[in-house]
Amino acid sequence: MSMLDSKIPEGHISQKWTDYKNHLKLVAPNNRPKIDVIVVGTGLAGSSAAASLGEMGYNVKAFCFQDSPRRAHSIAAQGGINAAKNYQNDGDSIYRLFYDTIKGGDYRAREANVHRLAEVSGNIIDQCVAQGVPFAREYGGLLDNRSFGGTQVQRTFYAAGQTGQQLLLGAYSALSRQVGLGRVQMFHRHEMLDIVKVDGKARGIIARNLVTGEIERHSAHAVIIATGGYGNVYFLSTNAMGSNVTAAWKIHKQGAMFANPCFVQIHPTCIPVHGANQSKLTLMSESLRNSGRIWVPKRKEDAEAIREGRLKPTQLAEEDRDYFLERRYPAFGNLVPRDVASRAAKERCDAGYGIEANDTNEGVYLDFSSEIRSKGKQAAFAQGDQNPSEDKILELGKKWVEEKYGNLFQMYEKITDENPYETPMKIYPAVHYTMGGVWVDYNLQSSIPGCFVAGEANFSDHGANRLGASALMQGLADGYFVLPYTVSDYLANEIRTGKIPTDTPEFEEAENRVKSSIDRMLSNNGTKSVDHFHKRLGLIMWNKVGMGRNEQGLKEAIEEIATLKKEFFADVFVPGSAEELNPELEKALRVADLIDLGQLMAIDALQRKESCGGHFRDEYQDEEGETLRDDENFKYVAAWEYKGDDISQEQLHKEELKYEFIKIAARNYK
Amino acid sequence: MASKYINITLKVWRQKNANAKGAMETYKLNEVSTDSSFLEMMDQLNEQLINDRQEPVAFDHDCREGICGMCSMYINGRAHGPDTGTTTCQLHMRKFNDGDTIYIEPWRAKAFPVIKDLVVDRSAFDRIQQAGGFVSVNTSGRTMDANAIPVPKVDADKAFEAAACIGCGACVASCKNSSAMLFVGAKVSQYALLPQGRVEAKERVLNMVRQMDEEGFGNCTNTGACEVECPKGISIENIARMNREFLKAALTSEK
Repeated sequence: MSMLDSKIPEGHISQKWTDYKNHLKLVAPNNRPKIDVIVVGTGLAGSSAAASLGEMGYNVKAFCFQDSPRRAHSIAAQGGINAAKNYQNDGDSIYRLFYDTIKGGDYRAREANVHRLAEVSGNIIDQCVAQGVPFAREYGGLLDNRSFGGTQVQRTFYAAGQTGQQLLLGAYSALSRQVGLGRVQMFHRHEMLDIVKVDGKARGIIARNLVTGEIERHSAHAVIIATGGYGNVYFLSTNAMGSNVTAAWKIHKQGAMFANPCFVQIHPTCIPVHGANQSKLTLMSESLRNSGRIWVPKRKEDAEAIREGRLKPTQLAEEDRDYFLERRYPAFGNLVPRDVASRAAKERCDAGYGIEANDTNEGVYLDFSSEIRSKGKQAAFAQGDQNPSEDKILELGKKWVEEKYGNLFQMYEKITDENPYETPMKIYPAVHYTMGGVWVDYNLQSSIPGCFVAGEANFSDHGANRLGASALMQGLADGYFVLPYTVSDYLANEIRTGKIPTDTPEFEEAENRVKSSIDRMLSNNGTKSVDHFHKRLGLIMWNKVGMGRNEQGLKEAIEEIATLKKEFFADVFVPGSAEELNPELEKALRVADLIDLGQLMAIDALQRKESCGGHFRDEYQDEEGETLRDDENFKYVAAWEYKGDDISQEQLHKEELKYEFIKIAARNYK
Repeated sequence: MASKYINITLKVWRQKNANAKGAMETYKLNEVSTDSSFLEMMDQLNEQLINDRQEPVAFDHDCREGICGMCSMYINGRAHGPDTGTTTCQLHMRKFNDGDTIYIEPWRAKAFPVIKDLVVDRSAFDRIQQAGGFVSVNTSGRTMDANAIPVPKVDADKAFEAAACIGCGACVASCKNSSAMLFVGAKVSQYALLPQGRVEAKERVLNMVRQMDEEGFGNCTNTGACEVECPKGISIENIARMNREFLKAALTSEK
């Protein structure tokens, strides 16, 4: 029944990629300039792929909707990037990184893909250092590391709280070099609005020039989609305002399967919601959990007093605080994986212990006072002061914290007007990352031949929950070290094809699809703004397809989204014209796709009658409230096939996951 | 902090497109939460304009957490508004008072032409980067081990501080000469401070400075406004370092 061939190579897990790579077809250097490749998106995956393919000699066209490729949302990743270098001599290895990632993903990712990721992780660090990425270093001049959730080693490389920025600027510099050399043509302020297929193969895209509004045809022998995740389906998320699913959804509508859409990561440490006009949520890096301890009051009356401003958190005695992660998960403590930490915070707030004075009382503390004291004492000792005063300890401790997390503390203070050096941060989980995405095989090729998908846009490596500092690793692994090989293998059959013309019926048809969708928006003449509908979609998704899901809620969500879709197309108002810079039109086109996707997420969550990773069904939990997986019935990738405008008709295909090298077990962080 | 609501008057630069003549327009906006960011206030204005069947104000923005460098407003005569070390998305309405009139304009510089309303074209920065802002190393997976060359922590930290530039253009907008030397100086410094960047240091600084001049940015006259308004606190030491690198390269270049 399955149409899904994952193309996982035979052989031992540690040899699969090497052997496979050695047998892939190549394109000779003299043939590469005859071949065109389109890359959509210029985050870590897109920039690194475009730069690498340009270096190889292909003609590359790269597209981004922002005003510069450097603005892609990879820039905002804070904490770090994992690599199995074992520089800290704490027992790390490729196998450990592989194992941690599979376990962290709650046994819903492919072994072969994840092992490949772990294998190339070390090369990424080497490559980035060679590019001049200024990672944090120790006094001896060597690279520093820290810990992230779901691991017991220190394998995370970082650049203060701006690791994503530094890695993206590294990839952007490599891309810029190729643009300067004429190997890559850069199209900024351009948005891909459809894919063009000829004889079943991806042969180009239709893009809108966002400044002039012109609809452009671009042909290529292969198309790479690296357009990030779809967290903005919730309206409020840590994603950038422009992050969207449109490119991924357009290829889905043209035949690419969409896999595990319900696997969404809710990140535990974000700044709580403040009000109705809020446009986005801000992450406080997971790296803070190296130093911060998460707690709520032990007594409900204390929580209430705090919410009402009668009690300050710093006044609450140590024994009156419930460090609930340390209590429930002593082995990993505050560094449990994200899904586990988020659910634990929700459990406490649902039970009435939340400390935030907003509508929902949803908030818990992330407290640095213990770390400030302990690092202050260490620093004083290192200076030869074995009996430091209280003031000295605090001063040195705060200095240490500032050096590690200064920019995060500053950002927190700007947003909340509270000083986290003096009072604990208030945090609550928020939508952050999507593990689901376009289904791809081992080559990162979607079910449309010639259309590859990389980075967060694909589904492949993180299962049902991504570990911290692994998104940057995957983006760069895909772009630098996987696609150059697998795309070349595909292109080896294209050396005789010649330039692909754009004056063909296939391009015409795709262009007409785009134009009619734009006309439909602009001529609608409804009464409500795009944001009005987007916010309503977000509320349905957060309340019914969020951290806790159940059969009834999901069924309601499916109906409510169907109704919302009808209302949207009947009543949305998009001002302006198609022939100019029109941000409302851009939003409208994106929200239309997010509505469809939201419905598919609810449908996917409904069929997955188990809890795993970020997907928590209230019906499937053990007596301690932990996820209850059902490996017998749900150890598969759910890949959905588009069947027309009615999303409820999408057809489910299952790719069975095989665990040959890791023994599948219940996740335990206790 | 308890949130309050304020009523404000906005004077906003409206310009249909690059060729049209622009003008300041006045809007009244009520019930703005002081917990809102400046851009959330702009969202609220646009929602009001849409409800009144008027065209919303176009402005650049994306990450809304102070790192993408996309937001670019000149507010009450200052790049990113009345706070230091901030982008517009991280500026909050609690910095304003009930009854305030707020002036909002685009970046003004010859090298940053207005596209529409508050949106400007900063692709000149990309072209400067393309001229030399990189280390010429191909993707290989066979570069040397990342720890093969120790880098003194002081140098690594300084390189990082320079590399923290978000490319927003506030330095250019704040400079009376519309100079881009803080932006270029930061990029030149990042690489000049690291052993990986030293190999091409001469060519890099010559090429980037040449491109900067071609784009029509002005020269630096050491006023220091750029440093004051830089949301990431990039130091003008970087300009001094670029000047040293440039002189050294210009005097000893073999080309």
